[in-house]
Amino acid sequence: MTMIEALRDAMDVALERDPSVVVFGEDVGYFGGVFRCTAGLQEKYGEERVFDTPISESAIVGAAIGMAAHGMRPCVEVQFADYMYPAYDQITQEAARLRHRSNGQFTCPLVIRMPTGGGIYGGQTHSQSPEALFTHVAGLKTVVPSNPQDAKGLLIAAIEDPDPVIFLEPKRLYNGPFHGDHTGKSVSWASDARGDVREGYYKTPLGKARVTREGAAVTVLAYGTMVYVAEAAVQNSGIDAEVIDLRTLLPLDLETIVTSVEKTGRCVIVHEATKTSGFGAELIAEVQEACFYHLEAPIERVCGWDAPYPHAQEWDYFPGPDRIERALRKVLEV
Amino acid sequence: MTDRKVKLTYPHPPARPGEDPDFSGITIPEAGLLDVPPLDLDARGSRPYANGLIRVLDDDGNAVGPWAEYLGEDTETLMRRGLRDMLRMRAIDRRMMTAQRQGKTSFYMQCTGEEAVGCAFQRQMEPGDMNFPTYRQQTLLVAADYPLEMMFGQFYSNDLDPLNGRQLPVLHSARDFGFFTISGNLGTQYVQAVGWAMANALSGDRKIATAWIGDGATASNDFHGALLMASVYQPPVILNVVNNQWAISTYTGVATGKARTYAARMRGYGIPSLRVDGNDFLAVAAVARWARRRMREGFGPVGVEWFTYRVAAHSSSDDPSAYRPKDDGAAWPLGDPIERLKTHMIAKGLWSEERHAQAQAQILDEVTQVQKRVEAHGTLVNPPPTNPADIFKDVYAEMPDHLRRQRQEMGY
Repeated sequence: MTMIEALRDAMDVALERDPSVVVFGEDVGYFGGVFRCTAGLQEKYGEERVFDTPISESAIVGAAIGMAAHGMRPCVEVQFADYMYPAYDQITQEAARLRHRSNGQFTCPLVIRMPTGGGIYGGQTHSQSPEALFTHVAGLKTVVPSNPQDAKGLLIAAIEDPDPVIFLEPKRLYNGPFHGDHTGKSVSWASDARGDVREGYYKTPLGKARVTREGAAVTVLAYGTMVYVAEAAVQNSGIDAEVIDLRTLLPLDLETIVTSVEKTGRCVIVHEATKTSGFGAELIAEVQEACFYHLEAPIERVCGWDAPYPHAQEWDYFPGPDRIERALRKVLEV
Repeated sequence: MTDRKVKLTYPHPPARPGEDPDFSGITIPEAGLLDVPPLDLDARGSRPYANGLIRVLDDDGNAVGPWAEYLGEDTETLMRRGLRDMLRMRAIDRRMMTAQRQGKTSFYMQCTGEEAVGCAFQRQMEPGDMNFPTYRQQTLLVAADYPLEMMFGQFYSNDLDPLNGRQLPVLHSARDFGFFTISGNLGTQYVQAVGWAMANALSGDRKIATAWIGDGATASNDFHGALLMASVYQPPVILNVVNNQWAISTYTGVATGKARTYAARMRGYGIPSLRVDGNDFLAVAAVARWARRRMREGFGPVGVEWFTYRVAAHSSSDDPSAYRPKDDGAAWPLGDPIERLKTHMIAKGLWSEERHAQAQAQILDEVTQVQKRVEAHGTLVNPPPTNPADIFKDVYAEMPDHLRRQRQEMGY
């Protein structure tokens, strides 16, 4: 199953199980979404459950907040994470705070799905990774799945969660794992064990990271597309690294991270988003606070450069396996 | 070709401080002129209502025309209750402004001159309907018989505050009284009301949502998104614009531009819209009743512009003498809502000046008594013991580890 099919399956399961679940966004109804994540759902559940909206992200999210406060469970799509900015006010000052400011009178069980990240020649308005803009906001949860199995289980968990969840879908992984070599043959999820998705209902708990490769020399923290790029870098280097897929950025599974770094004593953090004030900075702070006396070397970050995401120079911008490998070697030199 | 220079326009109010109030630019049609339209009124048919002004009480205090008849013969209870609600609201405002000046609370907002809008409107709603108010609709709470202890508790952030001191004074939340949690950000809740109304329709609960916004905030993108969403999906939502002529110091013309009325602007979205004298208690009640009936019949959203005047300052932090004539409010051609209803009730033989003075004193006394009881629980002058660890509650349904650690760091 591709990640697109897994996400569709998750929404299918949720729509089937709970009549209060509704799915809407730009092009998601009749057509089934520009990435096809909701294809067939309107036909199956009808227009009252799955429908098209005007091109107004703030109106999509604003209406969804009203519905969620009433007691429904909207799962809305923002067509690209790059388009979420008009809705940022609704997300950060409304959805995130309803429960707190009303002392629990009103809550906001809402999921906002958005394709994130680069690697598809999308230029600066179809490639951004704005996760840190969400993790910085009290009241939101932020999830970034890296494979079809997790995508389905995490999305079902997000829809059932009592609080607003930002669900960032790495679009480069929609159709297959990506190891960072854009010149290589594209791989399909059919050939990857993590594309083997269970049928029916299951949840992958929010706030639990996963060790995707065990190792003793260095801990690599990654999420989304960078999990595979990091795995490729580890394989190319022959270094015995432990790779952790964070899966949920907030709440963060600090325990899994700390256990690993205490074991390896070294840490490399990888993300596509720009470096300065990126989520990697938060990870470094947490790791040094919890593991300072176990660290053998300064923590390294491999991130997108602090420049707008380019079009023609995409592969100079994207933090590929070579840069990660250099960082791995650097932390091992000390 | 002419030599005329291309120039921008910058709308100005007709009068500034030091000048006489001037409302000569406002056209006020006679009371009783407009019919009551059918409940399935469409946007096209609403043109005369969007550009006109629905009025019931004429300048002499008589209730006239089809909208007066729409309220039926027996309006006595409605009016008695309405007058009491409005007097209570004005007493609360008076007491709280004084309390704010005494430093007992950080902030307060009055709704002087706008009492009829919320008081008359709320009594036409049904249990389970949800208002999405702005900060100037405390009237909706008063007319929903919200306990004054809770209201004052919120003003003072003490242990009677249902919101545990988390919100700025006047930003109430009262789900059981049909009052959605006020954000304080302008406009954002207009579109949330539309979403709530969509959920009303989808769940088939027969309830409705009402959206509230001021004339200034109609400039926000959420106003336009809300109107479009309401126009597209046709949920049961009453879209209210309270046009009180001022956005803090900014004249309403800066939000209207060259449009005729806010009702006309809403009508442009394909939503039937009406413009109503907001200082006319009976006109507000009649139109609110009509709008609620329309919702019940499933004829889709309706826009209402309540034409009124913000007599008081924007907030306790504002001084209107810096930007408008001193007696602007007193000169408002549509008068004062309490005075107008009183005059009408006296003319009908239901009321007298003596009883009014008596009621006013009695209500002020009742409000003062409640206020004193609540103040015994603490104010900013006499701060109540707070529970700092409460900050971490309700950020999420279940407290995540990082918040637990921060709470411990705080010492709890």
